[in-house]
Amino acid sequence: MKKDRRQFLKVASLSFLGVAGSAALGPVCQAAAPGEGSFTTAKNALHAKKWGMVIDTRKFAENPELYNAVTTACHSYHNVPTIVENGMPSKREVKWIWTDGYHQTFTDQVDNYPSHEIEQRRYLMLCNHCENPACVRVCPTKATFRRKDGIVVMDYHRCIGCRYCMAGCPFGARSFNFMDPRDHIAQVNPTFPTRMRGVVEKCTFCSELLAVGKMPLCVEASDGAIAFGDLTDPESSVRKLLAENFTLRRKPTLGTEPSVYYIL
Amino acid sequence: MIEKVLKGSPPFYIWLLSLGALVGLGATVYLFQLFLGLQVTGLSRDVSWGFYIAQFTYMVGVAASAVMLVLPTYFHHYKKFKKMIILGEFMAIGAVIVCMLFIVADMGQPQRVMNVILHPTPNSVMFWDMMVLSGYLVLNLLIGWVTLEAERHQVDPPKWIKPVIYLSIFWAFSIHTVTAFLYAGLPGRHYWLTAILAARFLASAFCSGPAILLLLCLLLRRLTGFDAGKEAIQTLTKIIAYAMGINIFFYLLEVFTAFYSGIPGHQHPFGALFGGGHGHPLWVTTWMWAAVVMAIVSFLLIAFPSTRDNNSILPFTLIMLVIASWIDKGLGMLIAGFTPNPFEGITVYAPSFAELTISLGIYAVGALVVSLLWKIALDVKKEAGTF
Ligand code: SF4
Ligand code: SF4
Repeated sequence: MKKDRRQFLKVASLSFLGVAGSAALGPVCQAAAPGEGSFTTAKNALHAKKWGMVIDTRKFAENPELYNAVTTACHSYHNVPTIVENGMPSKREVKWIWTDGYHQTFTDQVDNYPSHEIEQRRYLMLCNHCENPACVRVCPTKATFRRKDGIVVMDYHRCIGCRYCMAGCPFGARSFNFMDPRDHIAQVNPTFPTRMRGVVEKCTFCSELLAVGKMPLCVEASDGAIAFGDLTDPESSVRKLLAENFTLRRKPTLGTEPSVYYIL
Repeated sequence: MIEKVLKGSPPFYIWLLSLGALVGLGATVYLFQLFLGLQVTGLSRDVSWGFYIAQFTYMVGVAASAVMLVLPTYFHHYKKFKKMIILGEFMAIGAVIVCMLFIVADMGQPQRVMNVILHPTPNSVMFWDMMVLSGYLVLNLLIGWVTLEAERHQVDPPKWIKPVIYLSIFWAFSIHTVTAFLYAGLPGRHYWLTAILAARFLASAFCSGPAILLLLCLLLRRLTGFDAGKEAIQTLTKIIAYAMGINIFFYLLEVFTAFYSGIPGHQHPFGALFGGGHGHPLWVTTWMWAAVVMAIVSFLLIAFPSTRDNNSILPFTLIMLVIASWIDKGLGMLIAGFTPNPFEGITVYAPSFAELTISLGIYAVGALVVSLLWKIALDVKKEAGTF
């Protein structure tokens, strides 16, 4: 990242020089180049080899208020715009975490006589932070990338808005900013950056909170219905839940290896 | 040679001016898109690519199709195409420029386009597509210019251009193959996830591209008296006939696999295209059926020598063929890729007025480029006595 930015500034200043055609500007550009950057990791930051999530859909069904609590916690903190058209969510809406029906969520589970109760439940959907993410594979600028801990994140400043990642993601996890999102945020949270029009965005597994030792917002708001932890650690909360319960992942046959599991 | 564009007849300049007006109109609407974002299009979260990317795909095919003249000439020493080969190469240049403009028009942050070069990402097919398209543009500019310059001085083209031409033949196949790979490697888009997509793209390109070229040549004959030669035209129509036959055959292969296997995911996009969704036909359904009819009729007309070699029927055949292949690739291909959406729902997409106007402007740029290049080529031919 650091190196990339330097490289960019070098190229940018070179082209600027070319345009200006004046050697006198050289020192100015050099002075504008940044010095060695550095960053430190907070002592209390949370680490994992591979972050994963287990959603207990039974608990959500028992306590339907949780759906709203979870999605609002995420969207209001992350400055996700609410875009409505004629009182309905716009087909150009932006969403990081949302709910839908059984058949919309688990399109591979084409059981013709599903349990009534299971069919009635609502299911949370969000980016699966796939181990083998199609979105990362197709992105032509590395604006979407996978971190060492398995979280798939984006650099909104590098994204060119080609939307190849949206065609690539088979889960509909990504949203594009068709318009300036800032006009559609009721109250801006100044501690988290807003995005601009023309770039793609999606759930970050709250990587910015993990970095300061906090759990993701949806997990915190879920009253224990969502577990979050290291999928490679057999002792983690998520692995224990997976060992004890029958779970599903969305579209597992496509080979992207989602890290979000659902307890039915 | 460039000075040739400076000496034209008044109708030629009126033509250029009208194209310029369309370009201006498109550019003006594009400014709105630039400031308001892609909300001026009909695109949505579920159908995130549409008319622009579809036109890009179609025009890559038109660009690649120049090879249908170049290959017989240089691999089989078929002399009859020599006279019109430059027109094909120059049309390819216009087509590539159109492709690039459509890509930029589709971007949310076009000013960052250089990020693709600054951060080269070999695992992204889009990166490769940009590379092969730029390469193809350079190759055609070089080949076109050098061979035309030689024609002007009535000498043989320099020897070193031969290997470049051979390279361009393989390159032409590569541009459309890579463009098909943009789609064919995506999990969960069943309509695109097919090993035969690149072959289908090439077949459709090799019938529609030469058909467009031939239509323009017939127009040229009326306007300027330039005659590509009876035999050249007849050979080209045969090539178009075979390519169209293969194109239709490949499409039917897709239909067989989807419906004989009975796998729902493979059937749904066809169902949406030809039947509609939730019991209602989609607007594209009518278009698709029209394409089916036009594809069959045009194929029959071009398959049989009596209608194929009939000069008054041929233009209509070609027009039908171009429209049918355009609906398949320029409308159906993209819509069916996103229908049903990842949630097995149907989100309707239709291009907006802004999208269509901008597209018109981009096509006008292509027409402008081709008009100027062809003007140069024809004037050179007149001087050299090869008109
Ligand atoms: S769910 Fe989609 S956006 Fe998220 S990592 Fe997987 S492929 Fe990428
Ligand atoms: S829209 Fe942005 S993140 Fe998505 S593929 Fe294009 S550059 Fe990458």
